[in-house]
Amino acid sequence: MSIDGFWVLLGVKLLAMAVVIIGGSLVIIYAELKVGAHMQNRVGPYYAGVRWGWAQPLADALKFLQKEDLVPADADTSVFKAAPMVSLMGTMAVFVVVPFSPKLIVRDLDLGIFYALAAASLGTLAMLMAGWSSANKFSLMGGLRAAAQLIAYELPMVLAVIGVVVQAGTLSMVQIVDAQVALGLPYVIGGQAVGFLIFVTASLAELSRTPFDMPIAESELVSGYMTEYSGIRFTMFYLAEYAGLFAAAAIASTLFLGGYYLPGLDAEVWGPFVLLAKVGVLAFLMIWFRWTWPRLREDQLQSFAWRWLVPLSLANIAATAVLKVVL
Amino acid sequence: MSGGGAGVLHSEARVSVELQTPEMTLNIGPQHPSTHGVLRLVAKVDGERIESVEPVVGYMHRGYEKLAEVRTYPQLTALLNRIDWTAGLANEVPFVVAAERLMGVEVPERAQYIRVVLTEMFRISAHLLFLSSYPLELGASTPLMYALREREHVLDLIEGVTGGRFHPNFNRIGGVKPAAGGGKGQRSVAQDLPRGFLEQTRRAMAKVFEVCDDMEALVRGNEIFQQRTKGVGIIPVEKALEYGVSGPNLRGSGVRFDLRKVEDYLPYDRFDFEVPIGENGDCFDRYVVRLEEIRQAVRIVTQAVDGIPAGPLRARVPRVIKVPRGECYVRAENPKGEMGYYLVSMGGRGPYRVKIRSASFSNISVLPWLLEGALVPDIIAILGSLDFVLGDVDR
Repeated sequence: MSIDGFWVLLGVKLLAMAVVIIGGSLVIIYAELKVGAHMQNRVGPYYAGVRWGWAQPLADALKFLQKEDLVPADADTSVFKAAPMVSLMGTMAVFVVVPFSPKLIVRDLDLGIFYALAAASLGTLAMLMAGWSSANKFSLMGGLRAAAQLIAYELPMVLAVIGVVVQAGTLSMVQIVDAQVALGLPYVIGGQAVGFLIFVTASLAELSRTPFDMPIAESELVSGYMTEYSGIRFTMFYLAEYAGLFAAAAIASTLFLGGYYLPGLDAEVWGPFVLLAKVGVLAFLMIWFRWTWPRLREDQLQSFAWRWLVPLSLANIAATAVLKVVL
Repeated sequence: MSGGGAGVLHSEARVSVELQTPEMTLNIGPQHPSTHGVLRLVAKVDGERIESVEPVVGYMHRGYEKLAEVRTYPQLTALLNRIDWTAGLANEVPFVVAAERLMGVEVPERAQYIRVVLTEMFRISAHLLFLSSYPLELGASTPLMYALREREHVLDLIEGVTGGRFHPNFNRIGGVKPAAGGGKGQRSVAQDLPRGFLEQTRRAMAKVFEVCDDMEALVRGNEIFQQRTKGVGIIPVEKALEYGVSGPNLRGSGVRFDLRKVEDYLPYDRFDFEVPIGENGDCFDRYVVRLEEIRQAVRIVTQAVDGIPAGPLRARVPRVIKVPRGECYVRAENPKGEMGYYLVSMGGRGPYRVKIRSASFSNISVLPWLLEGALVPDIIAILGSLDFVLGDVDR
């Protein structure tokens, strides 16, 4: 009986997470279309779904589902087919540790944030797999750029998180939020402002969004590692991109913006909405960047990461540790 | 990837061999988002670094020089404005001027002013297209919309005068287009500028000025844009002259040479304008030069609109145009650079031979030299900054 309860609960959790992740990603996709359009003096999606074009992401997804699932003749078929799944799996796995409220979390792992960072970097593996197996030189260059980017950006990202971990004294996502509640300030104000900036910058690189979208770089590499993909597999990459944005924004909100907690609101009830609002703000920020900035060059990105972000995040850790001991 | 004995043997055999990193041949184009059409670059790359590049042109060859030999003079302007389609009317002017010089026709003042106004409008339109597409190639998609929005005003004006947005076919030998339809009684009533054109032009020019300021703030001042363009794709003066680079690309390298100041194909000496130049000859300078050139073109248009004289639109020319025997070369400062027609006439109704010297062809001939040792992302930055049109390359 207890085993049945476990499986039922697991099924419900999986379904709920799938709905939240895919729904959230579709909302972010819609926001990208609409916000980008308004920044560019356009109207954006207008007809799909009668009003405001709200059904455009769904319509796009349905359209992609109807397309032929092409696999290039020279491709390494199994790797080529697995890559989009790995990509989507990696970003979805992150949500296991994202707390939507003190109780509403799939699993509050003791290693929470450590696990999230590890799962998120699976996305880069997927890009490398896609680039390598496509038998296309543009894809290959895109994949290799993604790998180079991972090396450049995983480090400052982890180091920025270490600052939070040192200050909170825990790796568990829920306890990190609790620590911020106890402090009375979100970490972005209460000591980790530099860490927040580094984390968001590194997230942009990890998600390959402008100004760090070199692995895709439409004007150079056609579509980078995604060039040869079509139909459902392209949709999975596309969805993974925005699910990744969702995940990165959720983690950043949890680590730096107080997560589900907002003073005056009962976190048990309002937690999910508070978190989603914070995610919305961060997602808007990332959309804003995308429609504003040009793209850096790969070597400029590397020098930016190694010469600025890594030393800065190390200094941040040192400062946090000193303050932790002194205060 | 299949396993088995042969595969194992193969991989063992590879162990003793030193790791080889042969260069990769990367075929960029003819279908590629950033080659402005059907240019093909065969690049040998070592990782992201380019060892050599060979541009392959000719995918868009339409044989205009040959077509010119089998058409009459009035028919030809319809073809020639398709050479560089971003600068429609500017392609017609030097050809028509060449024919007029051989015929000894004096073009009325008003027609000349209209030619100046429209040529400069096409320059504005072409440069705005560059200002919009270049940031896009560097990954910023928004400036595109801002620049194209104002370009629309200019295109609307051009459409109001000529009836076409890109291919005006508006020049006639001896002036500009006379009455549309043109029954016998109407022959003297020339189709003039539309009502309110001068006022609308002033308004549109003010908007173009504004968008130049926007571009300055949004693109020129952007840190990332500067990082991507400053010191990238430097063309030294001597190399530029060696390869016959002309137009804004040449001026970007710091040579103050503008055919509008040197030649007299249109009465540019009556207008007060400057020739902007760059300092370093890099992509950034070429961008800035074009940005400044828009402002100068706006000045010219404004002055021309203010001082446009009344009078006929077309000189009296015979109904059947025959150009006397002779040859003549007329070159003009087109948006992309020096555009020249070498016209040889044997006295017939059409040219005997036309040699078209187009700017883009010479401008991209510098590519193999310029791209050697650059990075793959720089290919796009450099290609975009040279601002060529494939129709102008292949003709």
